[in-house]
Amino acid sequence: MVRNFPPDFVVRVDKEACINCLRCVRECPFGVHEYDKEKKKWKRHHEKCVACLRCAYMCPTQAISIERSPMEYSPHPVWTNRVRKDIKTQAETGSVILTAMGNELPYLNYFDHLVLDACQVTNPSIDPLREPMELRTYLGRKPEKVDLDEYDGVELKTKIAPNLKLETPIMFAHMSYGSISIEAQLSMARAAKEVGTYMGTGEGGMHRDLYPYADHIITQVASGRFAVHEEYLKRGAAIEIKIGQGAKPGIGGHLPGTKVTAEISETRMIPEGSDAISPAPHHDIYSIEDLSRLIYALKEATRYKKPVFVKIAAVHNVAPIAVGIIRAGADAVVLDGFRGGTGAAPQVHRDHHGIPIEVAIASVDQRLREEGIRHWGSIIASGGIRSSADVAKAIALGADAVYIGTAALIALGCTVCKKCYTGKCPWGIATQVPELRKRLNPDEGARRAANLLKAWSHELKEILGALGLNSIESLRGNRDRLRGVGLSDVDLEVLGVKPAGR
Amino acid sequence: MAATLEKARVSREGEFVVIDAKGMHYRELNELIVRVIEEGAKKLKLINVNGQRFIADGLRGEYYIEIYGVAGDDLAAFANGPTIVVYGDVQDGAGNTMNAGKIVVHGNGTDIIGHSMRGGKIFVRGHVGYRVGIHMKEYREQVPVLVVGGTAGDFLGEYMAGGRIIILGLERLETYPEIVGDWLATGIHGGAIYLRDTIEEDKLGYGAKFEELTDEDYAFLRREIEEFCSYFGGNAEEIMKAKFTKVVPLSHRPFAAMYSDSKEAGH
Repeated sequence: MVRNFPPDFVVRVDKEACINCLRCVRECPFGVHEYDKEKKKWKRHHEKCVACLRCAYMCPTQAISIERSPMEYSPHPVWTNRVRKDIKTQAETGSVILTAMGNELPYLNYFDHLVLDACQVTNPSIDPLREPMELRTYLGRKPEKVDLDEYDGVELKTKIAPNLKLETPIMFAHMSYGSISIEAQLSMARAAKEVGTYMGTGEGGMHRDLYPYADHIITQVASGRFAVHEEYLKRGAAIEIKIGQGAKPGIGGHLPGTKVTAEISETRMIPEGSDAISPAPHHDIYSIEDLSRLIYALKEATRYKKPVFVKIAAVHNVAPIAVGIIRAGADAVVLDGFRGGTGAAPQVHRDHHGIPIEVAIASVDQRLREEGIRHWGSIIASGGIRSSADVAKAIALGADAVYIGTAALIALGCTVCKKCYTGKCPWGIATQVPELRKRLNPDEGARRAANLLKAWSHELKEILGALGLNSIESLRGNRDRLRGVGLSDVDLEVLGVKPAGR
Repeated sequence: MAATLEKARVSREGEFVVIDAKGMHYRELNELIVRVIEEGAKKLKLINVNGQRFIADGLRGEYYIEIYGVAGDDLAAFANGPTIVVYGDVQDGAGNTMNAGKIVVHGNGTDIIGHSMRGGKIFVRGHVGYRVGIHMKEYREQVPVLVVGGTAGDFLGEYMAGGRIIILGLERLETYPEIVGDWLATGIHGGAIYLRDTIEEDKLGYGAKFEELTDEDYAFLRREIEEFCSYFGGNAEEIMKAKFTKVVPLSHRPFAAMYSDSKEAGH
């Protein structure tokens, strides 16, 4: 049968500029460029190209350009090219389509329909270059009230639950060693320490090279319980129980045995070469009461010194679920929206399950306030945060802080080619292949990741200044400083935001 | 915590430090255990324990703890080394994600005993409940072992990735006399389960299969059953005479062929 499957991209090479140095052959991990030395002929396997642009940027004579393939099926609004290609792939293989990064379907992005207020004439704006501007954020349970002993000086009598202190309300999301390289993790760990924030380990354990940064690292306990060990729990700054992930709500994960190398097996504490299967549920958690038991087992095991977070995918009933989580004893609930990234997910889950993070933040914040327990735990938002404006809007909707994953990887060189699951990342991020890993220098990576945090933090201060606020705390849940543009009445009601003009 | 109460609750008995847990909240009891260990106690006796949770969670070191009464949920979760002998029953999750150590239970165990354990041993004289030994693992020289004198419920060894589970079936339930429930070893991709009985194939979950026992298996079983008898009595020779069934994974890579993308499909 003829396989009528046009390539997604076409590799164009300027033959006059090409010097046959074969650099592109060495650079492309997907085998797009092939040179027959005897016949002195090039063959470009366009169908293998993923548009990562590695070859184009490494070509010493800039002879290569990557273009979208002009050859497409006859246009049809329902039977799009992607739909037709997916069907053909599945007809060929009979299996689940695997992909990576976040939701690709053109759902409404609420962030792009929300605008921030600014001060004019009355209540003047503040210049953050001249006046102090507070981005410091504490994550964790806050006391009902504060008792002071003022008998002899002032002393705090209230016992405060452990909190994480962030110098900026932005953290690096959980991306495991195994899904990404140690160089990528090191880059983020160093940046987190420099800027005064945190990164997550994901379910891959903590590589020993990360130990010097452990007080800026949040460890994860997921359903596979990989690497979960008392030393690991005690070493990190906080513990996060992962129930769900925005990119693949309701399903577990499988790290294929081919990726479980000697080093990966050591940090996950599993045999080399065996599949690392994280089941969809935690088998000791079938209810909120069971979740509470795990939260307190972890608190007991770490003598109540570490805040315990619980991460869920944002789904339909996110508000009551989050309330249950906070009532179960979690110090923060992490909401991961449906645009959240991943190293590997079935396409059908990535694109069709879960809800946008914006509505999840608003409904959880609202519900916690209605129940009078907003101070019991923090809200951490993640899943598709692309800029300081998204951070500011997430906080105005009710989040205390955000996690960034994809944005952090883009800072490290990622071009979002969506092939993380192949383990052949051309930019040395989502790979364990030594030759590919060399492409990311952790010194340079740390500088760029820290720069991103600094730049966004600076912009956040400017945003606060324009709003006439001098601390991020004053923006939290302050939905009056947001307006909706082009949203329906119901959308506005769910978001708790007025339409522009009102 | 009032010092007088503490004094009344903590006493010495030879080389044991004894804590009377009667009416104590688990948090108070566990705090007290940590305190006496910090003060140098190596052997502890906890009396009047009545369902207090999280005892010895995350405890590192070769301590010896005797528990009189019912130990509550998640006994020795994340523990790394202690030996715990329970003269009574244990509730859900005893040995949950344990890394090393030993739990000897003279009564029964409820659900998810030995969940995700990576090392150490658990011996239960009586029966255990559902989902026991789920996602047990092994790592290098660490091979966890769970031995149950009675029977086990459904989903035994589900998602098992390593370790050994032995169900002896020496005692049976009147209501369900079979040695093990349904969905045995569903999704198993490592380790092995030994049953001291024969079972129908329809009890096996997806990904599990029977395998003949080797001499090595019998030598291993003899060792573990001798240890079992050293705690609870019984004759290892007699116990070994019965027919054993061994359940192992069909594959260590059960999901190898589940996924594809257009590039790998040859398009």
